[in-house]
Amino acid sequence: MTKNMPAAETVLSVQGLSKQFEMHHLKRTLYAFDNLDFDLRKGEFILLKGENGAGKSTLLRTLYRSYLPRAGHVWYHTAEGMIDLACAADVDIAVLRQREIGFVTQFLNARPRVAADEIVAEPLRLAGTPHADALVEARRWLSAFGVKKQLWAAYPSTFSGGEQQKVNLARALILPQRLLLLDEPTASLDRDARKALVDRLAELKEAGVAMIGVFHHPEDVEHLIDRELHLKAIKIEDEADHVVE
Amino acid sequence: MSLKDLTKPWTAFNYGFLDESAKRELRRKMLKAIAIPGYQVPYASREVPMARGWGTGGLQVTLTLLKPDAVVKVIDQGADDSVNAVSIRKFFNRVGGSAETEDTSQATIIQSRHRVPEEKLRADQVLVLQVPNPEPLRPVQPDMSIAREMHGDADYGQLWLVLYEQLVKSGRIMQGTEYPSLVNGRYVITPSPIPRWDVKKLHQAEHLTFLSAGREKRIYAIPPFTNVEPLVFDDVPYRVEDHQDKTCYRTDVTGFFMNELPQEDGSSLYELSDSNFGIKHLKNSQGETLTIGETWYKNGRMD
Amino acid sequence: MGAADQNTITRQKPRLMLAEPMLTMRGIVRNFGDVQALRGVDVTVYPGEVLGIVGESGSGKSTLLRMMNLEDTPEAGSYHLSLPDHQDSNLFSLDRFQRRMLRARHIGIVYQNPHIGLLMGHTSSGNVAERLLVAGNRNFAELRERARLSLAASEFPVERMDATPRELSGGMQQRVQLAKAIALEPAVLLLDEPTTGLDVSVQALVLDTLKRLQRDRAITMVLVSHDLGVIRTMADRVVVMRRGEVVEQGLADQIFQDPQHPYTQQLVHAKL
Repeated sequence: MTKNMPAAETVLSVQGLSKQFEMHHLKRTLYAFDNLDFDLRKGEFILLKGENGAGKSTLLRTLYRSYLPRAGHVWYHTAEGMIDLACAADVDIAVLRQREIGFVTQFLNARPRVAADEIVAEPLRLAGTPHADALVEARRWLSAFGVKKQLWAAYPSTFSGGEQQKVNLARALILPQRLLLLDEPTASLDRDARKALVDRLAELKEAGVAMIGVFHHPEDVEHLIDRELHLKAIKIEDEADHVVE
Repeated sequence: MSLKDLTKPWTAFNYGFLDESAKRELRRKMLKAIAIPGYQVPYASREVPMARGWGTGGLQVTLTLLKPDAVVKVIDQGADDSVNAVSIRKFFNRVGGSAETEDTSQATIIQSRHRVPEEKLRADQVLVLQVPNPEPLRPVQPDMSIAREMHGDADYGQLWLVLYEQLVKSGRIMQGTEYPSLVNGRYVITPSPIPRWDVKKLHQAEHLTFLSAGREKRIYAIPPFTNVEPLVFDDVPYRVEDHQDKTCYRTDVTGFFMNELPQEDGSSLYELSDSNFGIKHLKNSQGETLTIGETWYKNGRMD
Repeated sequence: MGAADQNTITRQKPRLMLAEPMLTMRGIVRNFGDVQALRGVDVTVYPGEVLGIVGESGSGKSTLLRMMNLEDTPEAGSYHLSLPDHQDSNLFSLDRFQRRMLRARHIGIVYQNPHIGLLMGHTSSGNVAERLLVAGNRNFAELRERARLSLAASEFPVERMDATPRELSGGMQQRVQLAKAIALEPAVLLLDEPTTGLDVSVQALVLDTLKRLQRDRAITMVLVSHDLGVIRTMADRVVVMRRGEVVEQGLADQIFQDPQHPYTQQLVHAKL
């Protein structure tokens, strides 16, 4: 498990990463991607491309450890050394997620029945910002994404999909992370909010945040893209054919 | 009468009424009770010629302690002259040949129902309290086997809770008698239905106290010079009955526990609850020179 | 762990971060007659997290929780809590009295059935105060204030703090249990099906309160439930139990999105 020490600014080195899903009850295996290798540096922006089912979202979720990889390594570089996100202890992943690794989707995963501004302020509060200051900052971001003032104190579970997404984005982006995983954050956003989002991403990139993501409208982020990574759907037809009922 | 006369083979009953094995058992249990202050020791509780609930527990302890030179005082709510007190005192004299007295300072054994005399007891005196319900946890835990586990664990949170809720509901502690008290820092006891006024007399007392429940078959003890601390909150001081300022209408004595005598016009008169204590004062005011012992309370206070 | 064996990754766990466990149980074995309720269970709980334990009836999850509350002693296994005065001791070696004191001071529990967790004849504030009293608090004004604060933190209407639980709804009774459990800021809060048996709407409100408490006070919680929805809302990490064994454990989103073990997959997909 030795690895040559990469350039200092590397945030993530992915080596031979593979993912497949064992569907035990269906007695079949779904293949997502196989043997991926790439590096992601500080301040770098990688756009994931590929047709539907090529495993773009799966890759992001595997990097975030919502999915367990089948093989390979996801070396995450920190000041204290490297940690393999593919097999690190759950608790370490949880700590990293809280402090350094962000995952942005179009889906709201915050709790119901908490006011929108409180949801957005939470990462700041967890990082130690006083409640009042965190709320001010949270409201600034909500208004930047175009969430109307009268909704700030309301519960996002009652919002429309677009409004929920804005709350979600504000929460995910309020704190500069070290690594951001972007899973179609702009899908179903209106033009103004999309611009606010892209501006924030540019700002974060400038601040050195490493980003990798899938975008519904890649043209929005064209000026940010450093590299593109193409994924191809894997067609393997061995075990899948031997379905035994 | 000597012990020899009293133990003739033709007497109708053994000396002290109880047979020797019963007394032996009781002595062992009493020693155990002294060894573990406040711990309720179970005992057999024999039949005595008196109904359960009339002081049979105290009676058995006194019968076990009895010897021909014993001097026995029996009080009932402070009075020496109630029917029950007189009958029990006579019974001791008949079965044990002991002397009867009403004078607290003369007695070697004082069997009492619901009072501790006002005059301080000495190291050579034994106080025997009759107890109807020995279990302080009964109001909060009807299952006695669980209650005994709670004693084992010193789990008295619920007793405190009862006091807490009295304060919440009434603004003051409503516990009148049987005030739960911690003995020697370990076991909580109910000190029999003596008033709050008397509980403080048990703390670091010179005398030995036995508390015996005949019907419930439990005996416990407070050895001399043992801590007896009523359960009290830090910020809510222990309060005795408001008798400090009451004056006995017969003796003009102030600052002791009184009986309230309601009058036709709605007012009340007060008389000393400890009848012998009152009589001594009365006789002295009529020219006699009886020695009145040192009292626990002075000017209605005990410090 | 069957799933891990199939995985080609050598599951070394490089430890990088600072999280020291709050609660550690190792090799817990418990038999009830011929029934093996727990067959060598290992559980670790980290400070400030919510660990969800799921499994069907008879999987051993409640037995495990009772072990954590020191109500039961296993045939084999060790139990450690990160407490200053119990750093190195196996808590199963404590006697009854020590267990009671430890429980009173450091472990909070909310039972499914409020009749087990509460003194129904006493006031709600008294139920909370009792816990403080057991821990040695003897100041009436302070007891009252702390009971009030604790009830308020559980989002119990404090103007009803002197009503008995008998007069309260099921949801309110659970809040009293919760207030009692958190009154002394426990090292770990154990929740045994805390919302099972409540109306769905009330259940959601109680879960909200738990979430809020967890966020504001970073209370370490162990939540046992057969309800995957509850676990999904609450838990940071999930332990899946079956027939006295841990079949899978992982981050909550991983367990729900990418379950590895056949049993977990069945469980998750049955719910969806």
